[in-house]
Amino acid sequence: MAETEIKNLTMNFGPQHPAAHGVLRLVVEMDGEIIERCDPHIGLLHRGTEKLIEYKTYLQAVPYFDRLDYVSPMCQEHTFALAVEKLAGIDVPIRGQYIRVMFSEITRILNHIMNISAFALDVGAMTPLLWGFEEREKLMEFYERVSGARLHAAYFRPGGVHRDLPVGLLEDIRTFCDEFPRIINDVESLLTENRIFRQRTVDVGIVTKDDALDWGFSGPMLRGSGVPWDLRKSQPYDVYGRMDFDIPVGKTGDCFDRYLVRVEEMRQSLRIIKQCIEEMPGGPVRTQDNKIAPPSRGEMKQSMEALIHHFKLYTEGYRVPAGETYTAVEAPKGEFGVYLVADGTNKPYRCKIRAPGFAFLQATDFLSKGHMLADMVAIVGSMDIVFGEIDR
Amino acid sequence: MYDALNDLGEYIASKAGEHVASWEIALGELLVTTSRDGLTRLMKLVRDDANCLFKVLLDVTAVDYPEREERFEVVYNLLSLSHNQRIRIKVPADEQAPVPSMVPLFSSAGWFEREVWDMFGIFFTDHPDLRRMLTDYGFEGHPLRKDFPLTGYVEVRYDDEQKRVVYEPVKLTQDFRSFDFMSPWEGAKYILPGDEKAD
Repeated sequence: MAETEIKNLTMNFGPQHPAAHGVLRLVVEMDGEIIERCDPHIGLLHRGTEKLIEYKTYLQAVPYFDRLDYVSPMCQEHTFALAVEKLAGIDVPIRGQYIRVMFSEITRILNHIMNISAFALDVGAMTPLLWGFEEREKLMEFYERVSGARLHAAYFRPGGVHRDLPVGLLEDIRTFCDEFPRIINDVESLLTENRIFRQRTVDVGIVTKDDALDWGFSGPMLRGSGVPWDLRKSQPYDVYGRMDFDIPVGKTGDCFDRYLVRVEEMRQSLRIIKQCIEEMPGGPVRTQDNKIAPPSRGEMKQSMEALIHHFKLYTEGYRVPAGETYTAVEAPKGEFGVYLVADGTNKPYRCKIRAPGFAFLQATDFLSKGHMLADMVAIVGSMDIVFGEIDR
Repeated sequence: MYDALNDLGEYIASKAGEHVASWEIALGELLVTTSRDGLTRLMKLVRDDANCLFKVLLDVTAVDYPEREERFEVVYNLLSLSHNQRIRIKVPADEQAPVPSMVPLFSSAGWFEREVWDMFGIFFTDHPDLRRMLTDYGFEGHPLRKDFPLTGYVEVRYDDEQKRVVYEPVKLTQDFRSFDFMSPWEGAKYILPGDEKAD
């Protein structure tokens, strides 16, 4: 019999593929159906956010953070707000902190619905997506009611939040919290015991504890591997220290565990939201220092000083004393950090954005080696990739 | 908590000896400056020493200070889960002198260093795969350097006659305008128009 030489096949996956979660281009080297090597090509959504921020005032930089991970906008504004507050030594009123925590958790649910349902769609289940998006719509309505925008809210600003909650919003959020567990149960009844879903996810893309740390994982990717680490508990910011909630961890670190962790995190988020509603104090929602936050509209009509403050804030902006900080929050995807260098002017000197997804995607090669091509889709789906934050 | 950081800073300084150029605590964050030669030793120390255990390399980035002799600062942010602490390590660098790669110690350094190479043009020795990361295939220049213009040099469009994407020099109907909003009452560094004759 004649000898035939078998060559590996190099294949292009994406950048236009429904399971690529945006504009991911993977160059995959395959031996039959088995992945030998996988090289992600990213940057197709690179917009130069970090460079643009260097040319904008601190307040103008806020909306860029919505556009990074566009599935969880407010958590990223939160990081930037905390970083600027740390550098400038701004205290946020307690009601502002409660509102921020509450909306961070709404954002977490928003993100996890998107991830779980898109992940399910990737591995063949269509219904959770349809059900999940109905709930997402309700949550985005809450966004709209506080900020006027469904997605790019620009609601958390250095010094607090932009405006107070409208009348009746808390009651509606409470109603949502009462109804939503039923939806989680419905989605779980479709997925958790589902034979196809389990066959596609159990023991696929296993990450051990040490590997997870070595690759710089955070968030559900780290907790799915059994590391009980959550910045909301270990380095609490705003009023997370007062909240009572649990941190779910996985056992094996496979795709299925990461799914389970996210489902449980949604339940815990509901607990936090309910506590925020119960404990929500009165008072101002942003700092009363008019050198940082603008005075109220009514004041501006009456007082010359308030008018000057308003004008200066929206032209020159405020100056942040020279210094540098690395501030991170537990965004739904993992540790989202901002390394902010201020030089005493009204613009940041350098603003490095540390996106959790960047570290996850880096490990694609390591995770998918030896798996089937179809498993790659499950792995990428469970990593919770959003290109806005990876390409920046 | 600051006491613990203070102890940690002193401990690292005593252990690493000459590899620590200086250390300080600012805004409750520990910052250690080292040299290019001492970087690998220092990183190994903070990763493996039982009092440090900074197992997670969260981020590698750089800052450009064109007026300095060595214009870049490479910044490493590490996290210790066991001690719940963060540390920031800084290394001065310039366009020529390469910085040792951290990939042998932390797998996560791979892409972070690629990004720094792409954005700043800082070279890392022993990096297994130092290609461009975020910019276009065949891109020239390093966009996050302070001397790189915000609007860039080239723009792309699809040319219908040549049936392909073409690169052209950037043409803007209005140039990017950088306004000077600095308040003349609070420490503007330059002489205000009309003030030259004041003395």
